[in-house]
Amino acid sequence: MGLLSFFSKPSPATLLRLPSGSFTMDRDGHIVVSTLPSSFPKAVLNDMGRSVIETFTEARKAGLYLEKLVLQFGSLKVSARELSGGAIVFFSPITPITINAKN
Amino acid sequence: MLWWERVTGKMETRQKILLLDDDQDLLDTYGEILGQLASQPEVHKCNAGARALAMLESEPFHLLICDLKMPKMDGLQVLSAVRRQHPHLRTVVLTSLVDEQFRSRVYALGVDLFWQKPGTEQEIKQFLECIESLLGREGSGGFRGVQSKSLVDIIQLECISHSSSVLRITNGLYTGKIWINEGELIDAETEGAEAEAAFHKILSWKAGNFETLPADRDRPRRILQSYNALLLETAQAQDEALQENAAWAASTNPNLSPQLAPLARYDGVEFIVAAQNSGRDKFESHGIEAAEKVADWTRKSLARFRPFADHLQAGPLELIEAINHDRRIAIAEQGDNEFCVGWRRSVTAENLGPRMKKLLALWAS
Repeated sequence: MGLLSFFSKPSPATLLRLPSGSFTMDRDGHIVVSTLPSSFPKAVLNDMGRSVIETFTEARKAGLYLEKLVLQFGSLKVSARELSGGAIVFFSPITPITINAKN
Repeated sequence: MLWWERVTGKMETRQKILLLDDDQDLLDTYGEILGQLASQPEVHKCNAGARALAMLESEPFHLLICDLKMPKMDGLQVLSAVRRQHPHLRTVVLTSLVDEQFRSRVYALGVDLFWQKPGTEQEIKQFLECIESLLGREGSGGFRGVQSKSLVDIIQLECISHSSSVLRITNGLYTGKIWINEGELIDAETEGAEAEAAFHKILSWKAGNFETLPADRDRPRRILQSYNALLLETAQAQDEALQENAAWAASTNPNLSPQLAPLARYDGVEFIVAAQNSGRDKFESHGIEAAEKVADWTRKSLARFRPFADHLQAGPLELIEAINHDRRIAIAEQGDNEFCVGWRRSVTAENLGPRMKKLLALWAS
């Protein structure tokens, strides 16, 4: 079935992988340090960092003093720790391998 | 008219597949391969994600077969939009990518099948069998049709027709089984309960899925009552439970609805806030002061993080977990409500997700 070699195609398109790593955002919303791939959109990191900080801040106003926040998406876990008004945020893609390792 | 109704209203017509790949040669080849299907579906081809979404919008399809690596709008972006706009459409990913992360993300997006592009005759045959099976499920509408009946209807039907079967019922993380032999209910089993008690518990679930398994004639009989007596007893037990919850709510928190009372009494729960996502000020709570602020925080947190599911194509936001000195807090939505639940710190991180799912299943019941 050499004919079927057409099933693999050269394609310029690339798929964005879910990142694995962390970044730290200060209380003013600036990314201080990041171990995430530079190919990952910075705008998403900024949005995520600011959303996390807002969530910690508003939780405090609601009387809930949080230390840690974990967002569970279908295939991604985002964990964040409060850091003197800023936050450190970890991205961990979930695959069958990570699920098995946890169990 | 809903998408699903539009499709099922044309059952006599050929089923329609939309094939999406940016490579025209591959589109033609797959088109020919799909032409071998016994059901002879109509195969429509498309080479761009945006065009595929427009086609899905303009006419009903039964199945979308989608590549992942495509320029401009990749397969994950297409599938993410499809899941939101056409939740009932069956979807298959056909890709040359061999990567566990993408496989996980694809399934998290609710895709029915992830197929590596077939390279041998045997793989093509298996691929076609899977597609035929998916189309068959879609055409017969079987499970969905059954779902429109209540569990009581199904049990009565099985008993009146003197059938022998095992009904397996799933409600969130809960699973139960009911054994029927020659029209007699002989046993039931679910988490933490058996026989009559299990039957009562299973029938308290108002929603879920069920399937009929082959009869188990060797199953020992542990339920001795007739099905009619048992159904009557179950109805009475449900009324009593409702009254008990209402009485408990009246004595501890007069503002608490009987629906929320069992959740507030759930093992490990310290407080609960249920906010309606349609009404800004509509919420009820138990066990917490400043509930209004917590309800507002719950709504805002879900609204803030939900869009990341689309931005990242990481599957839906299933749970937000927050931890402080005293407790674990979990936020999730169920139907029209958004819940913030404070759990005792003794509830471990591993148990929090499953417990929350069970709690929400209780609400759905």
